[in-house]
Amino acid sequence: MSNPVLEIKNLHVWYRTYGGYSRVLDGVNLHVYKGEKVGLVGEAGCGKTTTMRSVLRILPEGQAHIPEGQILYHGNDILKMKPRELQQVRTRGISMIFQEPAAALNPVFTVGTQMFDVIKYSGLSKEESRKDNIKRLAIQAIKEVYIPDPERILNCYPNQLSGGMKQRICIAMAIVTARELLIADEPGTSLDVTIQDQVHRLLRGLVEKKEMSLIMITHSLGVARELTDRIYVMYAGNIVEVARTSDLFANPLHPYTLGLLSSVPKLTGGGVAEGIYGRIPDYLRPPGGCRFHPRCPRAVQRCREEKPLLRDLGDGHQVACFQV
Amino acid sequence: MNAPIMTINNLKMYFPVQKSKGKPVYVKAVDGVDLTIYKGEIMGLVGESGSGKSTLAYTVMGMYKPTGGQIIFQGRDISMSSDKRPLSLKKDLQIVFQDPGSSLNPSHNIRQILELPLRVHKIVKREEMERKITQILQMVELSPNYMYKSPASMGGGERQMVSIARALATDPTFIILDEPTSALDVSIQAKIINMLLKLQQEKQLTYLFITHDLSLMRNIATRVAIMYLGKICEMADTVEFFRNPLHPYTRMLLSSIPVVSEEEEALKPKKVISTGEIPSPVNVPPGCSFHLRCPEKTELCFREDPVMLEVSPGHLVRCHAYQKTAGVNVA
Repeated sequence: MSNPVLEIKNLHVWYRTYGGYSRVLDGVNLHVYKGEKVGLVGEAGCGKTTTMRSVLRILPEGQAHIPEGQILYHGNDILKMKPRELQQVRTRGISMIFQEPAAALNPVFTVGTQMFDVIKYSGLSKEESRKDNIKRLAIQAIKEVYIPDPERILNCYPNQLSGGMKQRICIAMAIVTARELLIADEPGTSLDVTIQDQVHRLLRGLVEKKEMSLIMITHSLGVARELTDRIYVMYAGNIVEVARTSDLFANPLHPYTLGLLSSVPKLTGGGVAEGIYGRIPDYLRPPGGCRFHPRCPRAVQRCREEKPLLRDLGDGHQVACFQV
Repeated sequence: MNAPIMTINNLKMYFPVQKSKGKPVYVKAVDGVDLTIYKGEIMGLVGESGSGKSTLAYTVMGMYKPTGGQIIFQGRDISMSSDKRPLSLKKDLQIVFQDPGSSLNPSHNIRQILELPLRVHKIVKREEMERKITQILQMVELSPNYMYKSPASMGGGERQMVSIARALATDPTFIILDEPTSALDVSIQAKIINMLLKLQQEKQLTYLFITHDLSLMRNIATRVAIMYLGKICEMADTVEFFRNPLHPYTRMLLSSIPVVSEEEEALKPKKVISTGEIPSPVNVPPGCSFHLRCPEKTELCFREDPVMLEVSPGHLVRCHAYQKTAGVNVA
């Protein structure tokens, strides 16, 4: 296969707090090929958003500290880029959709103003960035996300739109100019299930049509199953299992993945499972060895002392666990 | 079946929003709901945001005075606002809110939070307070050293446990659960749900469980009702409901659920693609309120609002498509 579009190698991110360093990410490895749809699944607070924010270098400055790791975009390390190069990546390479559409849009500017700004600063040539061309691109993008009457929408303020429409506008902004990689951070989470379904179908359709790569951050295994080719399961700042989507659901291996899968209420009925004992660790004093061991039903002495690394069990199915 | 514990007759809750041409305009949050809840059951009330399910719960709790209709609880009419209700009644009716972060007072510790209902309802003497609170905390499997913690220092799951403990403090018979787990992760949700089920068994409680998660209802509810724009559009026993969903909106909801296995995929209605959004409850469309999004609409749906119809015992649906077939059957 060709080189990956994005490759994260052994990424560590710490946050500075009053109590000391909060060691959130603990060696994350992840890669995405061209045209691939990848899911990053984990519970709240496991570091999914931190990972993706560090890709765009939009972590809170002064608080976040990256002691180790590389984020390679076409082989160039984003963490070492100069502002100019970084600007290139942000305007042409990678775009991101945020979880809360209401917070991602500025309430005091019209949708049109905000969209025109995105297009204006996306590195178009002088000829292309004429006013009428910008407007044409914006209208086309709004049409692509199936919102009727784009001209009227451009003059609307975000509070005049419903949650589903706002999220569609955010998607339109992310795809309005050609990008290689789209990072979607729980785009459906704050929406109702029927609207979420529409947004996800739209997103998949657009990514496939434009041959983009997609990283889908979600806490829902069901959403990841419907949208992605390959899934990374994340727990407490570590990737614990990687597999093709069909393999992961047919043959989940890591105890955390198993616990997560059994906790999901099923449409087939049969009651609710027990859940996973305990909760996500305190990052100021994370447990030694495997970070999952205090909650793991299969933990042995070795898990407390040594950190398991991802091992390939064939066919790209990787697990970080001694017991598998 | 057990005796009804609560009967809601044609309940209406309108909120005035603004005046247009001198006439007040209303948001019809709950618009003619009939619902009977039997003793010891878990009634699942499912709907999208803006469908009026929380307003229904709050009206039952007495936070609003209903615009019209009747609520009968344990044989007594309680269609008045909370301040006019007798104290003994409030003791029997409790609620757990969606977001434990905002429903627990951040400046009180857990002891103070749990003490308030005990003091208001004069359940125990001052000397026995500590012992009683320890006992309540044990019911939700929290250790007594949580007593002097503040809500902010606890995880979301534990906070919700405290909310549940607060509702249980007065030893109620009926608890409204307003999306108690939708702000939590699935592994924590599973724990809370199991505890709620255990408590329901032990104390013979009746739950009105409000949620937007149909897969969760499949696993715990005895009956399910679907709400859309202030009205109930389908209601049935859980098994029948999922085996034979009738209303087009129910099918749309079911087909939108992201699932994790092939077996579940097979249960979803095929070829129903969700379209449109829930309209504003200020301008409810004429006729059937769902016709804007309905894939099976006919000309009749634009004009007339369908009435609730029992298609099989206990399975009620409000849709013109079944009105016609039922009419033929009668003829």
